[in-house]
Amino acid sequence: MMHINAWIEVLLSTLRDVFPIAAIILGFQLFVLRRKPKNLAKILIGFGFVIAGLAMFLLGLEQALFPLGKLMAEQLTAPAFLLADSSMTEQQLVWYSYLWVYLFALCIGFSTTIAEPALIAVAIKANEVSAGAVSVWGLRIAVAIGVAFGIALGTFRIVTGTPLHYYIIAGYVLVIIQTAFAPRNIVALAYDSGGVTTSTVTVPLVTALGLGLATHVPGRSPIMDGFGLIAFASLFPIIAVMAYAQLGNYLRR
Amino acid sequence: MLKQITKPLLDSCRDLLPIVVVIAFFQLLILRQPLPNLMELLVGMLFVVLGLTLFIRGLELGLFPIGESMAYDFARKGNLFWLLAFAFALGFGTTVAEPALIAVSAEAATVAAEADMIINTDESRSGYAFGLRLTVALAVGFAIVIGVLRILKGWPIQYLIIGGYIGVVLMTMIAPQEIIGIAYDSGGVTTSTITVPLVTALGVGLASSIRGRNPMVDGFGLIAFASLTPIIFVMGYGLVY
Repeated sequence: MMHINAWIEVLLSTLRDVFPIAAIILGFQLFVLRRKPKNLAKILIGFGFVIAGLAMFLLGLEQALFPLGKLMAEQLTAPAFLLADSSMTEQQLVWYSYLWVYLFALCIGFSTTIAEPALIAVAIKANEVSAGAVSVWGLRIAVAIGVAFGIALGTFRIVTGTPLHYYIIAGYVLVIIQTAFAPRNIVALAYDSGGVTTSTVTVPLVTALGLGLATHVPGRSPIMDGFGLIAFASLFPIIAVMAYAQLGNYLRR
Repeated sequence: MLKQITKPLLDSCRDLLPIVVVIAFFQLLILRQPLPNLMELLVGMLFVVLGLTLFIRGLELGLFPIGESMAYDFARKGNLFWLLAFAFALGFGTTVAEPALIAVSAEAATVAAEADMIINTDESRSGYAFGLRLTVALAVGFAIVIGVLRILKGWPIQYLIIGGYIGVVLMTMIAPQEIIGIAYDSGGVTTSTITVPLVTALGVGLASSIRGRNPMVDGFGLIAFASLTPIIFVMGYGLVY
């Protein structure tokens, strides 16, 4: 019956997260707008679904996927795995000794982004607003490719120990160049897609991967080098979504 | 009727399939280990699928409609002060208690203590972490205010974002080395799963209820500001602390 207790705990913490939002909405509805929203009962049921759904979602992730994913991130970065089939020592590890880690980063970045509820929400909205011109799956896959590439590059950066800001600034330059050429109505959505990708599913697994790497790679320290993966995961989707729109335009021509 | 229930469930299964495939592939073929606690794993997956399905349904019933209805009401009321006050409260209020942010600020305090930026005591560390949380929450509140103003005025988003990027680059040059990684990451952790749909619905609702605004061009972008300003504010915090 451990499940029941765990469920209540997660439900309480979800309620705590929703509380400030609900209080702000309620306060402004009552004292500023002074109007009862249409379909109030439906909205309240919807909030109930959101809270219960998110709590179940998180509980399931914490019980099943996160422990396994985190353990996996640790094992894949550990010298015991990296040196299993060779006669090398830890000091001889080079950046390409970590190929499985990059591949894992790529796959986990892609797959967690596809399951990210906030991204599903934004994709539904974008599809609705663009009258179908932006497809739900097209956007989700473009963002997922961006995150996958970002996290793989981020693990490469931790392994090589190159400074984070060079990558970020280069990414910014690319975004600015693309903005000049991308279709005007995709720009705001593309900028948004950077922020929505990193929430419930992606952050815990990616953080575990970054910390595992920074702990095991010789010469890196978890507190100085473990950061930065989230930043990569928020930057590269912007590039990927603009590229997706540019490609769509190009193919239609 | 039955199809109304099975279709969303199947959709959720499809959303989660990639993660299952990736984890099974690495566990069985690369690490060559069996899947532990198969039963618990399956129960967990069932929870994830049901939870995601409920969440998406709730989104369409509750979060989207309330965000849009408030946007219409604010637009009709036409009071700029209250709209901006709401924007700030939404940004600040949803961020200050965000669990991911609490975790990151605590970590940042440890980094600051190791780097001798602050004295390494529990008290000074928790003071530093709390200050950082307030800084990020202020940054997000400010971001939503700027973003809403942009929608009202129809300013092109790229100039504001590029301006923000220049701000990030300039701050990177003068901010203490130790804070840079945390600052860059803080942009990503601020936007939670409940805030994103609400803020998106608000932006799109505002853009569609104001004449001359295109919801696609002007409605999106609030999240973008909310992920950019914390980077600048956190580096500023590192400078002055």
